[in-house]
Amino acid sequence: MDFTFLSDTIARLLPAIPTTLALAGTSVAIGMVLALLLALLRLSSRVAAIVVRLYVFVFRGSPLLVQIFLIYYGLGQFAAVRDSWLWPFLRKPWWCAVLALALNTAAYGSEIIRGGLTSVPLGSIEAGRAAGMSRFTLYRRIILPLALRQALPAYGSEIIIMVKSTSIASIITLMELTGVARQIVSESFRAVEVFLCAGLIYLAINFLLTRAVSLLERSLNPHLRGANT
Amino acid sequence: MSSYFTLIGFGPTGWGWQLVAATLMTLAVSAAAFVTGAVFGVLGAWAKLSGGRAVRGAADAYTTVLRGIPDLLVIYLFYFGGSALMTSIGKMMGSQGFLGLNGFLVGMLAIGTVSGAYQTEVMRAAFLAIPRGEIEAARAVGMGRALMLRRIIAPRALRFALPGLGNVWQQVLKESALISVTGMLELVRQIHLAAGSSRLPFDFYATGAALFLLLTTLTGLLFRGAEQRTQRHERQG
Repeated sequence: MDFTFLSDTIARLLPAIPTTLALAGTSVAIGMVLALLLALLRLSSRVAAIVVRLYVFVFRGSPLLVQIFLIYYGLGQFAAVRDSWLWPFLRKPWWCAVLALALNTAAYGSEIIRGGLTSVPLGSIEAGRAAGMSRFTLYRRIILPLALRQALPAYGSEIIIMVKSTSIASIITLMELTGVARQIVSESFRAVEVFLCAGLIYLAINFLLTRAVSLLERSLNPHLRGANT
Repeated sequence: MSSYFTLIGFGPTGWGWQLVAATLMTLAVSAAAFVTGAVFGVLGAWAKLSGGRAVRGAADAYTTVLRGIPDLLVIYLFYFGGSALMTSIGKMMGSQGFLGLNGFLVGMLAIGTVSGAYQTEVMRAAFLAIPRGEIEAARAVGMGRALMLRRIIAPRALRFALPGLGNVWQQVLKESALISVTGMLELVRQIHLAAGSSRLPFDFYATGAALFLLLTTLTGLLFRGAEQRTQRHERQG
């Protein structure tokens, strides 16, 4: 075991963590807003439901790598895209990765949120209506908090999947954790040690995320806690 | 539009046959990885359910680690790690230089190892879902362990495991896209090459996505059919 090499590798990988976290954080945040909109749309009207189902089908049924390639390499095929104000963004691997990750997680997330929304007991909604709540207040005070509580565990796993998925962005030259690890391998030819160090960092991030989600779950479910715990 | 169909068609200038071959290759490597994962899954579930403390700990470490790191990293680890191992073995045998590994083998083992971690959990849960009374009944009629496994435990566990296994299969099929980083000629690699040489990346990547949708949908139907078959004796609500 060459501990100086291992500690050097870890020291070089650490500065890439913010990139990985920013990539995951941005796309999860955008994806969550999209997911909520999609879930509400799907429950609103028949036509909207069909469109949303098609969206979910396409993004859940094809690999994320193909979606990233489609956006990064594919969109530049059209002159209209190249001439538009969006091109400065869509040329950049960063925004292409964020866009692909966000659209992808929105598809999975919308199904999770839909599950949460449909699990809200009808009685609670009726009680809210009987108390004279408007539609907006009903959503804010009753439906969304209950749905969030129901959806949180599944959404937590989705966030962890997103952290892992950010590694795919290294294929379109983004220098996040996996990208930096590949660079170190190409200089040192010591693949196993370097990739194991990178894996260790991913594990640590995901462990902390799991803990954070379960703490949040606990604080959202005070009624499930025993009297003396 | 007609030029698009010439491009992906089976004519002399079309990529049709290459796309069909690559799609079949994706299916083959996914199936091999899924079966490899099933072997790991059975071993892992068995270790978690009836192993001693050390065996259980090893199985827990396996499922925790493999589900916590990116699949791409696992593929790199197998690809570069395997090649390094082969090269050093080659040196001992007297050959010079770098020995690469077969992409199919790397993909099968790497994705198999990852999916094995998920299949471990699916199979463990499926075993625990078997009503204890059925196992007691089998013991009561004097079945041996092997007979009980074959007649009672395996078929019953399969019924509870199939929905979860179907999900893992979909995951494996989509992860197989990552094997393209090893240069193996599966669907994504082929699409990538065709997109580059035709200079029509959008057309080809969209075609690739459509072919994946076809694969996930058709195999999803197969799993649904299998699920219904294993549930055919149950009362439907």
